[in-house]
Amino acid sequence: MNLMEYQGKELFRRAGIPVPRSQHVTTADEAASFVGGNPGNWVVKAQVLMGGRGKAGKIKFAKNAEEARTVAAEIMATPMPPNRQNPKGEPINSLLVEETLSVSKEAYAAIAIDRTTKKPVLMVSAFGGMDIEEVAEKHPESIAKAFVETAAGFWPHIGRELAFKANLDPGYRKALPGILAGLYELFFRYGAKLVEINPLVLTEDGRVIAADSKVELDDDALYKNPEFKQWQTALPLDEDETLATKAGLGIRNFRRFDGNVGTMANGAGLAMGTMDAVKNAGGSFANFLDVGGGANAERVRNCYELVMNHTDAKVFFINIFGGITRCDEVAKGIVEALNTTKSRKVPLVIRLTGTNEEQGRRILADAGMTPVETMDDGAAEAVKLAGV
Amino acid sequence: MSIYLDKNSKVIVQGITGAEGSYHTGRMLAYGTNVVGGVTPGKGGQKTEHGLPVFNTVKEAMDATGATHQCIFVPPPAAADALFEAYEAGIRFSVCITEGVPVHDVLKVVGATPGMRIIGPNCPGLISPGKSSIGIMPGHVFKEGNVGLISRSGTLTYEVVDLLTRAGFGQSTAVGIGGDPIIGTTFVDCLREFKNDPQTEAIVLCGEIGGSDEEDAAAYIKEHMPDMPIVAFIGGRNAPPGKSLGHAGAIISGKFGTPESKINAFKSAGVPVADRPSQIPGLLAQRMPARV
Repeated sequence: MNLMEYQGKELFRRAGIPVPRSQHVTTADEAASFVGGNPGNWVVKAQVLMGGRGKAGKIKFAKNAEEARTVAAEIMATPMPPNRQNPKGEPINSLLVEETLSVSKEAYAAIAIDRTTKKPVLMVSAFGGMDIEEVAEKHPESIAKAFVETAAGFWPHIGRELAFKANLDPGYRKALPGILAGLYELFFRYGAKLVEINPLVLTEDGRVIAADSKVELDDDALYKNPEFKQWQTALPLDEDETLATKAGLGIRNFRRFDGNVGTMANGAGLAMGTMDAVKNAGGSFANFLDVGGGANAERVRNCYELVMNHTDAKVFFINIFGGITRCDEVAKGIVEALNTTKSRKVPLVIRLTGTNEEQGRRILADAGMTPVETMDDGAAEAVKLAGV
Repeated sequence: MSIYLDKNSKVIVQGITGAEGSYHTGRMLAYGTNVVGGVTPGKGGQKTEHGLPVFNTVKEAMDATGATHQCIFVPPPAAADALFEAYEAGIRFSVCITEGVPVHDVLKVVGATPGMRIIGPNCPGLISPGKSSIGIMPGHVFKEGNVGLISRSGTLTYEVVDLLTRAGFGQSTAVGIGGDPIIGTTFVDCLREFKNDPQTEAIVLCGEIGGSDEEDAAAYIKEHMPDMPIVAFIGGRNAPPGKSLGHAGAIISGKFGTPESKINAFKSAGVPVADRPSQIPGLLAQRMPARV
């Protein structure tokens, strides 16, 4: 679960990390009345999960109530424009009205989980305000890293060393250990996978302030912090995740694509392998779908309908390897699902192998369906049936 | 031989009276695994449906049975606790099947249990065909032989094993290391063991997108086992960046975890990468004769 800027900054505030003075609002009127009552220079920022707000014109400045109303209305008038990862863009439902900072320097600070060392890794760079992946590519030496022993935790010397190693402006030196201590505390307290401050601003008058926030919480740990359930309702699941949940699948078990071969497999690895097989056969897949274990009739029907109703699939390729899952049960599920579904019908290609394969094939044969022998055969057949 | 697990391994099951734990204990026993008991707090003194003793704590189970290995089938919030309890009781080999364990819990466990080999979490377990199996792998598709197998996936592993067995390549040990971002045992850990295992004469490595375990494995192979016949496969080559597909760890973030990086790493280590699972036996046969 990714947090929006204002939610991340709320966590920063709790951990004692300095953030700009701000007000979270949901309408242009609220923005205007806040600025009207608090004279000064303000910046109005769209609250969305997508990046690239500045380039999209979704961050604007306001000096008085009328300007605040105008820019707030402009920002909210259109959603965030689509990009490759978010082909539908993102609606803007709220804004953060924030004190404008007089920026002297911009740095970067973050904590993530390093998969190789299996430790939290602190990262600091003097190149703030840029996409960190771009920094990692163009100036890899500029990112200073420290791996933290979880048993020992964070101690200030780690922050001091990072400030020197990253060649930060001396103005950062005093504040950085405290800011990293706060980041580390909330990283563990809330079970975050990533906490990032970019940019970490050094102001003209010498303050060090987190001007933006990026926080990704571990979905598997949300039960430890029930308060975030409330935040989660403010953050809609994306459409695929919503559809998956409605079909009784896990949020990661379904994802749509542009192709015309609908797919379903048991197990994430095999489901990815099925997509790869369709591609190898010269076709295009309409979706990723891991049906999980226990593919009974209801589950199979839900999955079939999910793909039929929400993708452009012209054929449905079912790829089951019966390990724990028994092929006869899956076969029964397929037959029953297709007899009872009200969704549109497309040709089926079924590959069924493993435990109780013979019984499974017999059940399908009795229903007039002929399974293919291998995953590659199935993919080739499905691609042929789907056409171009 | 084989790695990690053989006929002498004595296994206890944490969560043995739960639906999953009980079902898979039955399957492990049927395969020939030496399951000696289980742990469910509050049910100590009872017998399971398989006639195995149940204990209240891992310590009691250890003292009574001399268990060497354990398998965990407890809910996600209890998984780290189960691992720590086992560690303190003296268990040094633990297989955590549970999916959805908070990643910080795993960080804490792996950082504070030196000397304990943890497989998983979110894994199907491991099997030394003909000897013993811990976890949920379907024993009947495996056959004893000389190919070591390491995989991040479950069903895709069975697919690959099925292809290997049909082509005449039996397996020494197959380890499902799990699909989470942080796992107790990596490809490199397994490679190190396979390197010293006399039964293992070749290795198949099934990776997937996300992380850099495959790149680390390629670097290890290049330096430490350049003469071992090894074939790799990378699942999820057509996955989009930024979205996990099924496995929490199967995610491409920016330039990290891409299939290209993994394929190039293997190629530079002299390891052929199969475009599809069905090519694996053929690539293996080019490097060693098949025999079961």
